[in-house]
Amino acid sequence: MTVLDIRNAGKTFTMHLQGGLRLPVVQGVSFRVMPGECVVLAGPSGCGKSSILKMIYGSYRCGEGHIVVDHGDVRVDLARAEPREILALRRSAIGYVSQFLRAVPRVAAIDVVAEPLVSDGVSRSEARERAGAFLARLNIAPRLWDLPPATFSGGEQQRINIARGFLPERPILLLDEPTASLDAANRNVVVDLIHARKSAGTAIVAIVHDDEVRDSIADTVIDIAQFTAAA
Amino acid sequence: MTISREEPLLAAEGLTRWYGRQLGCRDVSFSIYEGEVLAIVGESGSGKSTLLQLLSAQLEPSEGHVRYRMRDGVTRDLGLLGEAERRFLFRTDWGYVHQDAAQGLRMSVSAGANVGERLMANGWRHYGRIRATAETWLDRVEIDRGRIDDTPRTYSGGMRQRLQIARNLVTEPRLVFMDEPTGGLDVSVQARLLDLLRGLVTDLGLAAIVVTHDLAVARLLSHRIMVMKGGQVIETGLTDQVLDDPQEPYTQLLVASILPA
Repeated sequence: MTVLDIRNAGKTFTMHLQGGLRLPVVQGVSFRVMPGECVVLAGPSGCGKSSILKMIYGSYRCGEGHIVVDHGDVRVDLARAEPREILALRRSAIGYVSQFLRAVPRVAAIDVVAEPLVSDGVSRSEARERAGAFLARLNIAPRLWDLPPATFSGGEQQRINIARGFLPERPILLLDEPTASLDAANRNVVVDLIHARKSAGTAIVAIVHDDEVRDSIADTVIDIAQFTAAA
Repeated sequence: MTISREEPLLAAEGLTRWYGRQLGCRDVSFSIYEGEVLAIVGESGSGKSTLLQLLSAQLEPSEGHVRYRMRDGVTRDLGLLGEAERRFLFRTDWGYVHQDAAQGLRMSVSAGANVGERLMANGWRHYGRIRATAETWLDRVEIDRGRIDDTPRTYSGGMRQRLQIARNLVTEPRLVFMDEPTGGLDVSVQARLLDLLRGLVTDLGLAAIVVTHDLAVARLLSHRIMVMKGGQVIETGLTDQVLDDPQEPYTQLLVASILPA
């Protein structure tokens, strides 16, 4: 039973402003992820790890190959999906914790976290309650909840992003260096959250540079350098 | 009858408009569904305002059609609607937010009347209920109720724009057209307006077509983007995909030209 099946996926950037320079990123990327499995993408910076996550999330186009999401009665190839199918998939199947929080002006941290639940149809009051509980677990002080996260520290913003990605409990979770700017205590909280999500059957694809975190969460480690396209 | 969720709310097919020998826009086709926000981006003269007028039946296309699924579930060709039906759409099922609030508001009547007028056009007669609804809407767009009897002339630019939004949304339209809704406003005022629009669009499940030259506005508000240049759609897709991984030379230029804050 595979939730995510990536076959021969490849990506090349064409930089029109640099005279049509073609910048190959990855090619022939193939791996599968089962429910409850955590696949860690490894390799040096610039080898294309984040690009692969973005292709799975759909914010980068998948130039070649297939990225098939299979969950319940939904089976979608992200390489060929219409924008509305990708949006529907994000609502139903894919959670994503990006490296940096894209802060919306004026929106309170707790609402940033609650927003995906609200668009799932959960009432705003319940969504905020659950968002608050999650923020507390990540040691974000309640006095910060009603402030927009733009002025927060890097570690605080990262935890807001983690809460927003984890709370809606999608069957696939993409994590781009979720513990990079966290102190040891908060890193352990996030590791516990990842373990809990794995036991609940979530398929996880993660980029982690911290060896300790990686050893704790990874079932499979894939070296992305093998897919790095020759320039 | 049951309405298929798969049928678009509005579909444009091969929309083309010439102004004499001058091209307005050419061969534009797309669909929009309930709850979706589509941003049309491009520089001045790219044809985005012409397109918005074609879509909202204010301008007749030289070629092509716009089909719209009416409240009764029947999809109609807008070009074949009678004048009364078109007016009904404008009064009830559609909103149109102008860049210049003075074009979308009646500047010499009170704020309350500006909001109430749309309700009266929909057959509301009870003064108390109209006023109460207008007050609720002023709250929603963050205008002090104490200003309900003032005319929009006495309002700041940001307040006028919020009042225009209240006037448009009070009849619970299913589709809202917005032409540069944050254009000409101070950045702090823009941020507030964007945040407000985002919230309302999500809460009401509206479909919206937003014309903007500001990619940051498109990023914040829209699910999908259409990039126009020289009257034609040159790139289209999911908003973050078009902005993070633009394919066309012109789109790459637009994205690369955003000044970092």
